[in-house]
Amino acid sequence: MAVREAEPVGSLQEVKEAGLDREDLLGIYRSMLITRGIEERGHILYKQGKIPGSFYTGRGNEAAAVGVGTAMGPNDVGTPLHRDMGVHITRGVEPWRIFAQYMGREGGPTRGRDGNVHMAVPELGLHPMVSHLPAMLPVATGMALAFKIRGDQRVALGWFGEGAAARGDAHESMNMAGVRQLPVVFVCDNNQWAYSTPTYLSYPVEHIADRAAAYGFDGVVVDGTDVLAVYREARRAIDKARQGGGPTLLECLTLRMEGHAVHDDAFYVPKEMFEQWAAQDPIERYRSWLHAQAGLTDEEEDELRSSVKRLLNDALERAEESPLPDPATLAEGVYASPEDLDTPHHK
Amino acid sequence: MPELTYIQAISDALRQEMRRDQRVFVLGEDVGVYGGAFKVTLGFQEEFGPWRVIDTPLSETAIVGGATGAALMGLRPVAEMQFADFISCAWDHLVTVAAKQYFRGRTPVPMVVRLPSGGGFSGGPFHSQNPESSFAHIPGLKIACPATPHDAKGLLASAIEDPNPVLYFEHKHLYRRIKGEVPEERYTIPFGQARVAREGDDVVVVTWGAMVHTAAEAAETLAGEGVETEVLDLRTVIPWDRERVLESVRRCSKVLVLHEDTRTGGFGAEIAATIAEEAFEDLDAPVRRIAAPDTPVPFSPVLEKAFIPQVEDVVTALRELAAY
Repeated sequence: MAVREAEPVGSLQEVKEAGLDREDLLGIYRSMLITRGIEERGHILYKQGKIPGSFYTGRGNEAAAVGVGTAMGPNDVGTPLHRDMGVHITRGVEPWRIFAQYMGREGGPTRGRDGNVHMAVPELGLHPMVSHLPAMLPVATGMALAFKIRGDQRVALGWFGEGAAARGDAHESMNMAGVRQLPVVFVCDNNQWAYSTPTYLSYPVEHIADRAAAYGFDGVVVDGTDVLAVYREARRAIDKARQGGGPTLLECLTLRMEGHAVHDDAFYVPKEMFEQWAAQDPIERYRSWLHAQAGLTDEEEDELRSSVKRLLNDALERAEESPLPDPATLAEGVYASPEDLDTPHHK
Repeated sequence: MPELTYIQAISDALRQEMRRDQRVFVLGEDVGVYGGAFKVTLGFQEEFGPWRVIDTPLSETAIVGGATGAALMGLRPVAEMQFADFISCAWDHLVTVAAKQYFRGRTPVPMVVRLPSGGGFSGGPFHSQNPESSFAHIPGLKIACPATPHDAKGLLASAIEDPNPVLYFEHKHLYRRIKGEVPEERYTIPFGQARVAREGDDVVVVTWGAMVHTAAEAAETLAGEGVETEVLDLRTVIPWDRERVLESVRRCSKVLVLHEDTRTGGFGAEIAATIAEEAFEDLDAPVRRIAAPDTPVPFSPVLEKAFIPQVEDVVTALRELAAY
């Protein structure tokens, strides 16, 4: 079972056959713009001293995150990571809540209990990551196990990076998912750098997706800067899982276009590598495609960009109005109460 | 009322919960056809099928992480570690994910991890430990340590019902050695309520798990010498019945804290510190602690006997306290 290297996306006709209409295509573009816009404003907030701790972004990963997020069904669930802001955006989290999260405010999804992209809105089917990567992969596997036990037509998605692929919990979860043919898609954001560690020091095979064969399921490598190709491959994997076809390992190849976090200037990444990948920036690449294949006009684009700008301006304003959490409430919410069970997201 | 062994009570409780609630399922190594290393789930797969009694690969991480994911999706997983010692392999998924998910995401994780623990049969360093204190330090987890068949059943029902991750320590040395009356009908025992295993007013022993029986035996010896010892069984370590402990300390004025886990940083230290803070002026003697020495659990029977607190150790300490 050799790994399959996905073809790039071609014409509008092909995309329509994959189930996306023009409105969907513009929605994808908008999600990518919001994703990058939030992280660019995050940098400014950080420099202004408004973000405590460190600050992480997923620049370069917007297509991979938005492509997979768009392919998820309404009742599907996932555990996206710190390069996957686009998944949160696609699922519908309100941007002001992300800024509030960054700034440790009450309005953030974790209400100041955690920071950065360590957040998720469970009602949207997402569950917050932890720093220990890929500790959420067995959790996603367990979500899929629950679906299989109940006979739900739902799929779980677990994200990991090529660095985290080295850890034992990646192996244990994929092995168990393979044994039980669970409805789970393992999405590898392969951005080629695990902090400062290059791929050849992280894994000895050509692709992370090569490992899928060892677990008895399909491995697919896709260009993570091609949002529509990512969507198509994620959709195939999700549909297959939903129909009882078992897991897929989907590897999205990108480059992390910034340091590991804001403190890291990524001096160890060769300059030519940045230049090469900057030339295939996922947003610019998709913009050109939309103009060439989907008839995106300059007027439409201006309107889209200014609506995103307004959205983010308002979001920032609302986030800054969100109160800081009350220290007197710190000890609350360590333990759940029976009434917390059986909420809609808990079904 | 039928008399059951401790292990039968655990097995019956689990079966009763699975019959009553479709969301409850079991996963672990060899829990299906084989019925678990200690046979707690023997016959379960025939009754509940292979998707509610799930034989997993040898993967503690996938078991505990998987249970967490299933719990987040509304099921009530009961994961079995073959031995409590192996929970170290799943530390991250318990401590980093399950314990903190509600605090961060407001999403409850209603799961139970069953942990066959404790020594007394030459299990050696990796099949004998009592690691409850390590987890007592982790906010977000609850810890039950039943000492009797009656409590084993009621606490397991409560653990499964609880909306939080619960570590359920079942002491292997009690499995077939301890019998007691257990009602057939379902009942729960609230967490955080200590049980008076033996009444007395002169000295109180605060303990849990297998050491409850060690303390009770020592107390009988002391009764022959005219010293009446209260044995207070905590039943759950997190939450622990602080008020009940302090009440007994104030009444008896002398206290021995006893546990099978090692001494330094053991949960007994927390209890002793609380007594020192809250009831210092009620004490007629310094707080005593008996625990295992700070070594790995040894294999050879003579060494293991020297490791696990014995009845005679407790008798000596109680005599000294009574005479103080």
